Amino acid sequence: MNFHQMTMVQLAEQLRNKSVSSVELTQYFLDRMTQFDGQINSYITQTPELALAQAAAADARRAAGEDGLLLGMPLAHKDIFCTKDVITTCASKMLANFKAPYNATVVEKLNAAGMVTLGKVNMDEFAMGSTTENSAFGVTRNPWSLDAVPGGSSGGSAAALAAGLAPVATGTDTGGSIRQPAAFCGVTGIKPTYGSVSRYGMIAYASSLDQGGPMAKTAEDCAHLLSAMAGFDERDSTCAEGERPDYVTGLNDSVKGLRIGLPKEYFGEGLSPEVKAATMAVATELEKQGATLVEVSLPNTSAAMPAYYVIAPAEASSNLSRYDGVRFGHRCDNPKDLKDMYIRSRSEGFGAEVKRRIMVGAYVLSAGYYDAYYLKAQRVRRLIKQDFVDAFDQCDVILGPVAPTPAWKLGEKTADPTAMYLADIYTIPVNLAGLPAIALPAGFSAGLPVGVQLIGNYFSEPKLLNVAHQYQQATNHHIQMPAAFA
Amino acid sequence: MTWETVIGLEVHAQLATNTKIFSAASTAFGAMPNTQACLVDLGMPGVLPVLNKGVVDMAIRFGLAVGATVAEKSVFARKNYFYPDLPKGYQISQFELPVVLGGQITIEVDGKEKVINLTRAHLEEDAGKSLHEDFEGYSGIDLNRAGTPLLEIVSEPEMRSPAEAVAYAKKLHELVQYLGICDGNMQEGSFRVDANVSVRRPGAPFGTRAEIKNVNSFKFLERAIMFEVERQIDVIEAGGQVVQETRLYDAAKDETRSMRSKEEAMDYRYFPCPDLLPLIITPAMIEVVKAEMPELPDAKRARFMSQYGLNDYDAMVLTNSREIADYYEAVVAATGGKDAKIAANWVMGELNARLNNDNLSISESPVDAQRMAGLIARILDNTISGKIAKDVFDAMWTSQDSADAIIESKGLKQITDPVAIAAMVRGVIDQFPEQLAEYKGGRDKLFGFFVGEVMKATKGKANPGQVNQILKDELAK
Repeated sequence: MNFHQMTMVQLAEQLRNKSVSSVELTQYFLDRMTQFDGQINSYITQTPELALAQAAAADARRAAGEDGLLLGMPLAHKDIFCTKDVITTCASKMLANFKAPYNATVVEKLNAAGMVTLGKVNMDEFAMGSTTENSAFGVTRNPWSLDAVPGGSSGGSAAALAAGLAPVATGTDTGGSIRQPAAFCGVTGIKPTYGSVSRYGMIAYASSLDQGGPMAKTAEDCAHLLSAMAGFDERDSTCAEGERPDYVTGLNDSVKGLRIGLPKEYFGEGLSPEVKAATMAVATELEKQGATLVEVSLPNTSAAMPAYYVIAPAEASSNLSRYDGVRFGHRCDNPKDLKDMYIRSRSEGFGAEVKRRIMVGAYVLSAGYYDAYYLKAQRVRRLIKQDFVDAFDQCDVILGPVAPTPAWKLGEKTADPTAMYLADIYTIPVNLAGLPAIALPAGFSAGLPVGVQLIGNYFSEPKLLNVAHQYQQATNHHIQMPAAFA
Repeated sequence: MTWETVIGLEVHAQLATNTKIFSAASTAFGAMPNTQACLVDLGMPGVLPVLNKGVVDMAIRFGLAVGATVAEKSVFARKNYFYPDLPKGYQISQFELPVVLGGQITIEVDGKEKVINLTRAHLEEDAGKSLHEDFEGYSGIDLNRAGTPLLEIVSEPEMRSPAEAVAYAKKLHELVQYLGICDGNMQEGSFRVDANVSVRRPGAPFGTRAEIKNVNSFKFLERAIMFEVERQIDVIEAGGQVVQETRLYDAAKDETRSMRSKEEAMDYRYFPCPDLLPLIITPAMIEVVKAEMPELPDAKRARFMSQYGLNDYDAMVLTNSREIADYYEAVVAATGGKDAKIAANWVMGELNARLNNDNLSISESPVDAQRMAGLIARILDNTISGKIAKDVFDAMWTSQDSADAIIESKGLKQITDPVAIAAMVRGVIDQFPEQLAEYKGGRDKLFGFFVGEVMKATKGKANPGQVNQILKDELAK
């Protein structure tokens, strides 16, 4: 059986009808990881012993009569989620030796559902980056083209899925970090409404933007995984109270009458013709299914990038202050005094991009600059939120590209951070507004996947998953696999 | 030329919650280092703060007590700086929007009342402690205190003498204990005072101030300010300028020392903490706290005077702390409210002296209010005299017995039978014919001698009033 070609829902059926045990399925993926991960470096840490123990426990639960779609299902965790007694690095030398003494809420919930942890996957250090090149544990390669980037920061998650080295994975999205790698690797991923999924145990980059979410082959798989991940958590004060909507029941609803907004600012200068064409093809397919297309405007889109690169580094500069070599993480050898310990521990422990953002963040918060940068960025953030509020008066969901181009070559943009930042222009406004958005495969360009995103109103994940699922029912981009890993 | 002293105080009151302001770890003092620091207190990667609702009620209580505005919306902010005992590299505090705005404290110095305005009070977390002495070549870090809730209370610079500053600090100290929001223990750092001190010519603009830290008693506060005022005047009169700086008070040397100057002052890069929502306090929440407000010291003092007929001084002493006031009222209630003045004398006198002597607080008193009332009841019904009562009280202090049991077992019951007393009086008079003659000859002073002898003969048990009367009658015969 080619389990790696199956969706999670299909694998769940195999487990349910006992065609395969969780231990067998887990071993299957562990074997593939051994065989293939050397080519793409998607895993930082593989946890075969833990995985097989969890799988055996899941099999025992099933033998005892328990059922559940996620019971015994293997997955990969982005190495930003704390996992008890397993090294959690956040792809940083700073945490290369950090064994978390607790499980993140997301990990706890998925463990409770009976899921099996295959390992911890690569990412940009502290989730800062769009290519997974900023990892202390080496770059991850795109399975569709080994000299292309997989996107980032959840590049390890996306690459592992595309190469069939995990059925599903967790990711986090602060400024496109689930959607952009999903688009670059031809998989599906949803960034939920801010506050849907607990941030407890998810190592903070920019707290007001960070949000965890599922990544998988299909929207349907994402719906099931998100159902287990989301929920109120009293340990996260920014987590929304109350019940989460049902993400699964409405998947098969018709999109007839759905108003799809196409923001004109997302189709202007800078968007490559092939991505534009793929996006319009998705619009056409949904129109064919009965949706109507309306042009909308998000006038402050161009201000999102500078606002993000003030707010995110500001929060990061503070969030990363705890890595001081005192209580955990990297400490320099033979510090001569406290200041020396701070300076060398942090200089040695952090990579270039992290240092860049810490310095930018400290600068924009410093006395005399706070109003001009931080406060102004917060005002821009409110304007961007208002843009979406206005747009959702005219449409139900917004359709647009995820990135202006497909994946670029490794090393292509590392020398020019600003050019790299600009590639996130379509994803970042969603984070600033706190909205949900799903990225899904929409075709290929020169052998590389092209992705589109659907953006919805607050807590409208069921609608986004429904529309994406309906699109995937009519198309097969999402079930393609790169030949070398098929 | 005279100088005017200008003082403003910043007080850090540790809020009396069982758990920390943003975690579930215990706040108990004195545990083994780092045994009361959980993942949140340690600033582990991925952990998040959750506000302890108890501190909000306490802040509201304080705001109501000082007549301040309780902010409908206040915001927690991060104060960023690196220090090993600050685990996250920032302290969660409140900056632009504090929970309590304004308010007043009325102090009394040399019989004159003065109103001191408050600027604000805000919630924040405490840092841990650095221990530099115990480890050769290293510093020890104890994070038990990290995350302990504090209410920082900031006054306007309206105090004009060390005495006013001490009066203000004492008043605030009394108030926070009354409100049950702080245990007031200055030795354990539950109530810490920083003083901003400057001098100026009367009528001139404010001079440059120095902030004095590390003052852990009212006496040291007074001395530190006195020293600092002298120092600043000396600097100016010698033609120099006071520099804005933070100074540490050294109690052993009785001086303040420069800690860091304004040039070295840190840029804390305050910004709203993205892990916490703004703190919203509704009118309904305020009403709930208002309904549960304890009686405040000034109101209690006035009530003690009117209800128990006490004078100003007694009322003040008895309302000095909520525990003393509660004890006193329990004694009065248990004696049926009959003679509140005797109860006052006993609580302020014998009880207070014994407590001081044994270094106990009133809540640790071996004689509780019920047993104390039992003793006073026997004085009131003439079973024992006030003098014998002191012996009974001594016996009660070291045992669990009631006053009645002690009176009974020691046979201390007062002799009030006039016939018996008269017989004893006559016996004493017969015993001292010389003294009788002298007395009759005009030495009135010897009356006291006879009283003493009668009391000695009755082992102090005769009712003194009756002894006086009967002796007077017998001597006149």
